[in-house]
Amino acid sequence: MADMRSRMQAVRSLDWLYDPKTRGLIFQVALVLALLILGYEIVTNTAENLKKQNLASGFGFLGKTASFDISQTLIEYRSTMSYGRAFFVGLLNTLLVSALGIVLATLLGFAIGLGRLSQNFIVARLSTAYVEVVRNVPLLLQLFVWYVGVLRAMPMPQQSLALGPAHIDVRGVHLPRAMLQGDVGWILVVALLCGLAWALVLARWARRRQIETGQTFPAAAAGLGLLTGLPLLALVLLGMPVGLDYPHLGRYNFEGGLTIEPEFLALLAGLTFYTAAFIAEIVRSGIEAVPRGQKEAAAALGLRPWQVQRLVVIPQAMRVIIPPLTNQYLNLTKNSSLAVAIGYPDLVSVFAGTVLNQTNQAVEVILITMGVYLAISLATALAMNWFNARMALVER
Amino acid sequence: MRLLTFILAVALLAQPAGAKTLDDVKSRGELRCGVNTGLAGFAAPDDTGQWRGIDADFCRAVAAAIFGTAAKVKFVPLNAKERFTALQSGEVDLLSRNTTWTMSRDTSLGLTFTGVMYYDGQGFMVRKSLGLAKVEQLAGASICVQTGTTNEQNLADYFTTRNLSYRPVVFERLDEAISAYNSGRCDSFTTDSSQLISERTQLPNPDDSVILPELISREPLGPAVRQGDDQWAAIVRWVHFAMLNAEADGVTQKNVEELMSSPNPEIRRLLGLEGGFGAGLGLSNDWAVAILKAVGNYGESFDRNLGSGSRLAIPRGLNALWKDGGLHYPPPIR
Repeated sequence: MADMRSRMQAVRSLDWLYDPKTRGLIFQVALVLALLILGYEIVTNTAENLKKQNLASGFGFLGKTASFDISQTLIEYRSTMSYGRAFFVGLLNTLLVSALGIVLATLLGFAIGLGRLSQNFIVARLSTAYVEVVRNVPLLLQLFVWYVGVLRAMPMPQQSLALGPAHIDVRGVHLPRAMLQGDVGWILVVALLCGLAWALVLARWARRRQIETGQTFPAAAAGLGLLTGLPLLALVLLGMPVGLDYPHLGRYNFEGGLTIEPEFLALLAGLTFYTAAFIAEIVRSGIEAVPRGQKEAAAALGLRPWQVQRLVVIPQAMRVIIPPLTNQYLNLTKNSSLAVAIGYPDLVSVFAGTVLNQTNQAVEVILITMGVYLAISLATALAMNWFNARMALVER
Repeated sequence: MRLLTFILAVALLAQPAGAKTLDDVKSRGELRCGVNTGLAGFAAPDDTGQWRGIDADFCRAVAAAIFGTAAKVKFVPLNAKERFTALQSGEVDLLSRNTTWTMSRDTSLGLTFTGVMYYDGQGFMVRKSLGLAKVEQLAGASICVQTGTTNEQNLADYFTTRNLSYRPVVFERLDEAISAYNSGRCDSFTTDSSQLISERTQLPNPDDSVILPELISREPLGPAVRQGDDQWAAIVRWVHFAMLNAEADGVTQKNVEELMSSPNPEIRRLLGLEGGFGAGLGLSNDWAVAILKAVGNYGESFDRNLGSGSRLAIPRGLNALWKDGGLHYPPPIR
């Protein structure tokens, strides 16, 4: 008996080991420890190998002189500036093409997505054909089509195509650049801010009046008018201190004005048309996900067709559209790194390309580049999640 | 992505280069040699898939010195951006890829350059119709250049110091840069003058383009190995010197067999008949005989790939031996 009891006690003292909660905790702690050890090993092993191979390491290289030039710079940059400056030039180029690509792909994608649902036979079929062709051809090939097939086929600067004051040639699109004369920039900014404040107040007033009286007011159109009208009014009052810098043909190239490089145009076109095909499908599926009864009910309430779309269908469709749309925005941003194939100076081409090659600090450069793409993606996702939360159905 | 693989290899796996590259190559049974992805005269595959060029010949010469046969080479084509990482991570044993010997590359990349294979300088190719005579006249022009090269930096330096403007158009691959120049995207294409000569012959209309006579930089091109393996560096260095010494002594691919009975002590030392010079490198004493039988001396390799015996027909110029007015002055084998 005594023997039996002591054995029972021994088993009971191990009971905690068989508790699923405790076990789960043990495994989780073990996993975290293993991950920490792995991370530590990677870092120390890398540092040790770099040292043994006599490779330079650390981030001091960012302050050294870059001594190479970049074709498209949004901020002032010369080859005598630092690698750190070159990094920002590349980063801004990536952000520019991504942001413009997202806006244009969204507009085109919505248009084609609605087109697929159109009653018009030709519009619907053309939209379907667009989606099926464009989304099934690799993006890299499409970039080459735009760059080599379209933009390289343009004439030399001396035989450029003139469209009014603009010129198109194999070196890009040359536009007149608006130049403010004198120190009037701050007045325009103030006018713009006034317009913004006025538009917001107007929108609030319009909403309240509609709730109270049921009368509607075109607040969106009026707001847009205020935003553009006030700065314009300010310019007129100041006596139009705006000069246009026209591009003129130099010995080799168009000088002055604003030149949009063909590499940028090719990348923007490729990203826009490719992503728009995916967005179109997302929009179509989102709208088709709204039950037919919703439209019929809205119509029964006496709403006009465009009111049915704007007030009933699209708000509900957006809830289906936004999450996959976020994925497309992230894809577009990451796909912009294909720029390297056609010579557009984006972050990967400038920083993970030229800078990496000149400093050869591959580990640091790739870490920074990955960190930047992660940050851009997380910021995009965060913004879209906020937007999604605003559009979500409010449960009562 | 290949570059990322290399970086991971450096980060996680790569073992530091000890004094054992020769052992690794011997036990593997082949030399892994990093060459250009395709540059006629230096390294490019021919119609039958054989790698041709002075850099490819040098890979064969090193393999012949080690194995006695030139066949035991694996050519690894690398673009300008990948080349150093490939050597550092151990993917190749030897980089023989028209690479400019510069101080930063020699001191902070973990590399050792073993000599100068070809004395080059950076030049400019322009369309003949422009009627240019000097590089300075390119102020304001669009200029195509390959990224990850010293050319990119020389170009910036040249125009910055003269306070002139230009528009760089930068491509990752040489063929993209050439095609951009050819389609009119750029007014000029710049790279090492030997490459300009080579690429000009590949243009659809070579006669429409000219190479400006002015060179804006010194580009001593040479092979490189990993730092920290003195024996391996010595082997690569002396394979090159043996080819130069052979030219100076008149030993060629054809006459090497009959010169085995030569009374000339210089030739006897080169061919391993006197002194035990091969053993000092960890090789057999007839190491140089194998090199000469495989690819011939430096002059022969030059003529066959770049000089009078090739389509490029580049004059020897700086690349002649010292006694013919060039810069090649090999230390003697003694």
